[in-house]
Amino acid sequence: MAAEPKVDPMHQFTIEPLFGSDNWSIAGHNIAFTNSALWMAMSVALLILFVSGGLRRQLVPGRWQMAVETMTGFVDSMLATSVGPNGKKYVPYVFSLFSFILFANYLGLVPLGLVGLHPYTFTSHFSATGVLSIMAFSIVLVVGFAKHGLHFFSLFVPHGTPVPMIPLIFVVELISFLVRPFSLGLRLFVAMMAGHVLLEVLSSFVITGGNGGPLLFTIASVPSFILMVGICALELLVAGIQAYVFALLTCVYINDAENLH
Amino acid sequence: MPQISQLAGTYFSQIFWMLVFFGLTFVIVGRGMVPKVMATMTDRNQTIANDLAAAQAARDAAEADAASWSATEAAQRASAHDLVAEAKHAAAVATQTRLADTAARLETQIHAAEARIVAARAAALDEFEHVAADLAQDIALRVAGLAVSGDDARGAVKGPFAHG
Repeated sequence: MAAEPKVDPMHQFTIEPLFGSDNWSIAGHNIAFTNSALWMAMSVALLILFVSGGLRRQLVPGRWQMAVETMTGFVDSMLATSVGPNGKKYVPYVFSLFSFILFANYLGLVPLGLVGLHPYTFTSHFSATGVLSIMAFSIVLVVGFAKHGLHFFSLFVPHGTPVPMIPLIFVVELISFLVRPFSLGLRLFVAMMAGHVLLEVLSSFVITGGNGGPLLFTIASVPSFILMVGICALELLVAGIQAYVFALLTCVYINDAENLH
Repeated sequence: MPQISQLAGTYFSQIFWMLVFFGLTFVIVGRGMVPKVMATMTDRNQTIANDLAAAQAARDAAEADAASWSATEAAQRASAHDLVAEAKHAAAVATQTRLADTAARLETQIHAAEARIVAARAAALDEFEHVAADLAQDIALRVAGLAVSGDDARGAVKGPFAHG
């Protein structure tokens, strides 16, 4: 029996240095330009291309300008509902965050494998999403302490807490606050990774089943393929939702810093 | 799981490039482009609000014009009505005056005519007396051969005439 082709569902997440940049370094730390960095660059390039279509500044917008304005308007209203009038100044940051993650998620779903390229989703790495979540957390800390000083700690004591409960509630709230950067970064990373692993596993079923003869093809490959189509649609949804959730939670955390309770 | 197995070798590169590219996104897109897009939207909303306000003002002005016009129309209608009523009244008064004048003039004419008739009648009767007196004189001369004086004849004739 011939050796069956092995599909490793984790291989897609491998980080590989490109263009012989393995040994690039700053202060002794390796900064190889990896496939991850390449897809970040592609996301930025696409995003700049997309948003520049919204700079035509016409009174009656065309489709492209309308799309960009819908996206900025979406982020603007998200901040307006979560943070209120103080949220206006965070629109550039939250818009960058939302659109960067959105473009990254969608780019990773483009079926470039059909033309032999290796699609890659950098949001499926917690080392990448962690940067974004720690930045959001830092903004909350900086804004919170700059705006409210030590009064910021009252965030950990909700209104109406009975006095004997304050120490306990303070600890619980503090832990839940400190967990935020982890939950924020892990949520995106896990959602993106799980979807891609699932697709890869299902595709390995399709291939293995196809190699295993007509019976196996019928009972394993065909249902798996149909399921894959559905999961692909689901992944498109998840890609959008996770970008939205990341931006929305950032808004909610910024609201805590801006308005306390 | 490459996320963990490669972490030691790649974390710095990941963080570095993430900061670089997210920084680029924030500076170019977030700081550079988004405010312009938002400004366009704000300008457009402002323009629309101004246009709507201008339209509303024009509509209000038009409605005020229409109201004042209809008020003027009503006033003019009322004054025209008054004019017509006055003219009718004046015409009626004039007609009545002329009718009264005419009636009075007719009355005087009738009176004069009646007086003339009476006079003519009297004159005619007088003429009859003369003719009768002459006839009586003539008859008395021919039949009785009496020469009756004119006054006597007239006195004789007068009696019957006096009784009409």
